[in-house]
Amino acid sequence: MEEKKHLLEQLHEIQNNDDKHYLPKEKVVELAKKHGYDLAQVYGVETFYTMYSTKPRGKHIIRICENQSCHMANSKKLIRHMEAILNISVGETTEDGFFTLELSSCLGMCSVSPAMMIDEVPYGNLTEDRIDEILATYKEDK
Amino acid sequence: MDNKTVTIKINGVEYTVDGGSTILEACRKAGIEIPTLCYMEDVCDEGSCGICVVEVLKARTLQRACITQVFEGMDIKTNTPKVRLARKTIVELILANHPKDCLNCSASEICELRKISYDLGVTETPFEQTKELDLPLDLTSPAIVRDLNKCILCRRCVKVCEVVQSVNVIDIAGRGINSRVSCFMDKGIGESYCTNCGQCIKVCPVGALTEKSDIGRVWDYLSDPTKHVVVQTAPAVRVAIGEEFGMPVGSLVTGQMAAGLRRLGFNGVFDTDFSADLTIMEEGTEFLGRLTKVLGGEEASLPVITSCSPGWIKFIEHYYPKCLPNVSSCKSPQQMFGAVSKTYYAEKMGLDPRNIICISIMPCTAKKYECLRPELDDAFDHWKDKLMLKDEDHFQDVDAVLTTRELGRMMKEGGIDFVNLPDESFDSPLGESTGAAVIFGATGGVMEAALRTVYEVVTEKPLPKIELEAVRGMQGIKKADVPLVKPDGTEIVAKVAIASGLGNARVLLEEVNNGTSPYHFIEIMACPGGCLNGGGQPICDDPNVCEKRASAIYQQDEALTIRKSHDNPEIKKIYEDYFEKPNSHKAHELLHTHYIERDIYEQEKE
Repeated sequence: MEEKKHLLEQLHEIQNNDDKHYLPKEKVVELAKKHGYDLAQVYGVETFYTMYSTKPRGKHIIRICENQSCHMANSKKLIRHMEAILNISVGETTEDGFFTLELSSCLGMCSVSPAMMIDEVPYGNLTEDRIDEILATYKEDK
Repeated sequence: MDNKTVTIKINGVEYTVDGGSTILEACRKAGIEIPTLCYMEDVCDEGSCGICVVEVLKARTLQRACITQVFEGMDIKTNTPKVRLARKTIVELILANHPKDCLNCSASEICELRKISYDLGVTETPFEQTKELDLPLDLTSPAIVRDLNKCILCRRCVKVCEVVQSVNVIDIAGRGINSRVSCFMDKGIGESYCTNCGQCIKVCPVGALTEKSDIGRVWDYLSDPTKHVVVQTAPAVRVAIGEEFGMPVGSLVTGQMAAGLRRLGFNGVFDTDFSADLTIMEEGTEFLGRLTKVLGGEEASLPVITSCSPGWIKFIEHYYPKCLPNVSSCKSPQQMFGAVSKTYYAEKMGLDPRNIICISIMPCTAKKYECLRPELDDAFDHWKDKLMLKDEDHFQDVDAVLTTRELGRMMKEGGIDFVNLPDESFDSPLGESTGAAVIFGATGGVMEAALRTVYEVVTEKPLPKIELEAVRGMQGIKKADVPLVKPDGTEIVAKVAIASGLGNARVLLEEVNNGTSPYHFIEIMACPGGCLNGGGQPICDDPNVCEKRASAIYQQDEALTIRKSHDNPEIKKIYEDYFEKPNSHKAHELLHTHYIERDIYEQEKE
């Protein structure tokens, strides 16, 4: 039962090694079988933490913080802006599979709220213009 | 547990209580009522609903009584304006996102949320609804319907499934406003590894979990003049159905139940107890056969494990498929009855089996799943060639299953004044039964019934004392050694064990699985206490409900003149006229079955 402690790490490993940055059902079932985890409980963990996804995602994952500080700094407006420019709703992936838009619980960047992360990179003091600039730098890599 | 006692004050009065107790336990012991919605003794102490808050002197906030331990000098107040307002506000917040269709909710009579709202004086719902209440019903299971819109996330179902049944098919998924009780991958409960035991239905404080109702279908059968509709009633129903009509817990109402069923319009009112006796003949013979083989040095799977409880069968198929050879090949009494009603009975009465409809009244939700198992439909195969039936003529051995609760509702709908019905008896030929059969309804009953017959078969002597106290009682696991002395003087000691509740079953199964089980015969019932506490039984808040219903069952056993299955004259007749002898070829065709390996992980990958 020692390994049960490491469920979060094991899930991260599966997700990080997956091309579509998510937790494929078969992989999760394999993990649960190996360690005797209860599937409903593992699913509870998968869906509780916003860093995990049970659905395939795009190349870059945008996570806009929706917790108190960012909420007070009007992150709602930024979310709507992001949805408009990417032409998707929260939780969806752009048609070209380039961006997935998600919300996140606190990223620990309250002092520079509103904040977001794209993949592992944090961005603070966001405005609509700044979001356009940031996304443009990603589009250059395309 | 801290065994030291501490002195605390509740509402200004001093009490000396166990230092390990919670505020709730201490208050209840002192006779002070604190409302709860999520708490269940020994099962659920998640502290999720918050209704049980109390004031504790010097504590910064109100404390949840169900999860806060007492300490020396603790000064508790359970009835202050602050406490009353907080409790009321909590209920108002729950109601903000709860549907207001109480008038046509199946739980309206038993809803704890409705009762608490009333008790706490909630007269309006001042908070705005923040959740769309438009989730579709989960209708994937033949036994359990889930309406997540009504769920208040108390977690009782999750805990009963985990702590009592060790099935763990549901847990809370998501977070915040998206939290929900969910199976793996948000699958329907019928597509998952649920055992259909229905214990979750019994603990749900609202109408989020109910049985899939088959009442409408049964009314349709009853009003079809071309159908000959027979009904069978399980042993545990007669000690509980009275509760649906306000009778005291543990009322034995066999005669009134038979009368009520006749008034509903059934053409034959029969007893599952008849086929319980048949089960004993088949299972007892199977057990003795395997035991004799093993004692003679041959290969056979011991222990033999009983197969009456369909929740238990699905559990072992999912969790211990390797142990399936240990399970008795006997069908459950419900399915034996179904097969017999559409073969033996049909022939005896000169009825076309296609026109016989077999309904069963069960304390069980898993029986609704069991009657749909295709491998149990043997009457159709029996008639297929004789009547030149086509595949589209296919019929089930048992057509529909109603829970005790559903039968109660049906009788109310039919305007039957149950309490004042006269006592009537069951019809013949499938209505005669013995004390051995009626005790099937309590944990240990199948074992006791089997031993009454096995003892006499082996020793060729009458049993000195019919009551086998060692296998009675509400303990989760019971064990006994039963010495059997053959006429030639050699002695066999039959080692038996009984478990009720799937968590307890797991303990015995682990031993079977790793080859260390010392037993010859194991009885397992999926529900704690056995069928009398089944998932289809009336919902009741009496803490001694199991003991009371059990005592009614043993009372019926004692009142019957025939108390051993092999002495049942109708059973003797069915073997003379039809099956020849227990475990005969024909008996195997109609009364026995096989099981299916259903590895959870393989199933969930699909």
